[in-house]
Amino acid sequence: MSKRAAPEVNAGSMADIAFLLLIFFLVTTTIETDSGINRKLPPMEESDEDVIIKQKNIFTVLLNGKDQLLVEDEIMELKNLRKAAREFLDNGGDKSCDYCRGKKDPTSSDNPDKAIISLKNERETSYKTYIAVQNELVAAYNELRDARAQSLYGKSFTEMEANYKDVNWPGNKEKLKEKIDQIKTDYPQKLSEVQ
Amino acid sequence: MSKFKKKKDGGIPAVNTAALPDIVFMLLFFFMVATVMRQNTLMIDNNLPFADQVEKLDKKDLVMYIYAGKPSSNYKQYGTEAKIQLNDKFADVNEIASFIAAERASKREELIPFLTTALKVDSDANMGLIGDIKQELRKVNALKINYTTKKGSVFGRN
Repeated sequence: MSKRAAPEVNAGSMADIAFLLLIFFLVTTTIETDSGINRKLPPMEESDEDVIIKQKNIFTVLLNGKDQLLVEDEIMELKNLRKAAREFLDNGGDKSCDYCRGKKDPTSSDNPDKAIISLKNERETSYKTYIAVQNELVAAYNELRDARAQSLYGKSFTEMEANYKDVNWPGNKEKLKEKIDQIKTDYPQKLSEVQ
Repeated sequence: MSKFKKKKDGGIPAVNTAALPDIVFMLLFFFMVATVMRQNTLMIDNNLPFADQVEKLDKKDLVMYIYAGKPSSNYKQYGTEAKIQLNDKFADVNEIASFIAAERASKREELIPFLTTALKVDSDANMGLIGDIKQELRKVNALKINYTTKKGSVFGRN
């Protein structure tokens, strides 16, 4: 008998097996969401001394049980909130802020450092609306910080933060951290929630 | 006798499917790699709200998850009010403190200040429940929180 090659294994059903596994993983996969809005809660201890804040430096946002929005005693649509918050934060009423581009209205906030956004919600407010409002307020801060970073360093703030977190970023991280902190002190995020 | 046989006109030749297993395996490996096994079996509806100013939660081992929402259709007997879920079972607000303590005890001591609490709350829940959770978290000094959201615009979704 002449040498005969070993017979080939029939691999025709391999596709079927692979399909079976594929469908199993397709069905069981849930793409986990692992991103969100970071917040810091205020610590518990009560301070006895009352801090006196001028009324004009507070931007009040009220959310009622029917998900309606009252901003500075006026009803507002959610889509206008970001702009209103930006105008309030960037106002620079006492002219001590040389980078502010706002209207310098003396009846609005003095300085981004003094401007505080106060958010109050009721127990019946829906979580979805609350998150939407939080998102808009954070967006107002982020837009201002982006603009500031763009004019100072020619890069957006979000890009700088992304670089800072990226382990493969080749630049000098300490310098970057200084720049980030500089912008954070220019526009500090002062968002207080009323209980 | 001609050297070249005339081809039989036997219709269209079959498509070669030898590469099919390769394609399927490619997809299979993608899904195998991308799959994350869920830590908790959810007993609640968990339709997260949308936001676009999101930051990524890195270091998954330093995150404690608190779920809230109304009981899903399999657990109708628990009512329709939004409830808190901790570790595979429904919990009361005052159990949060012990949950945080247990989570902290399971981590190395030097990592405890970096722990973040991720609130995965259904978009239809109301803020009363979340206010209570936040109050409990303040009591146990777990101040870093993250409202987990899906990425997308906040407008035009209901």
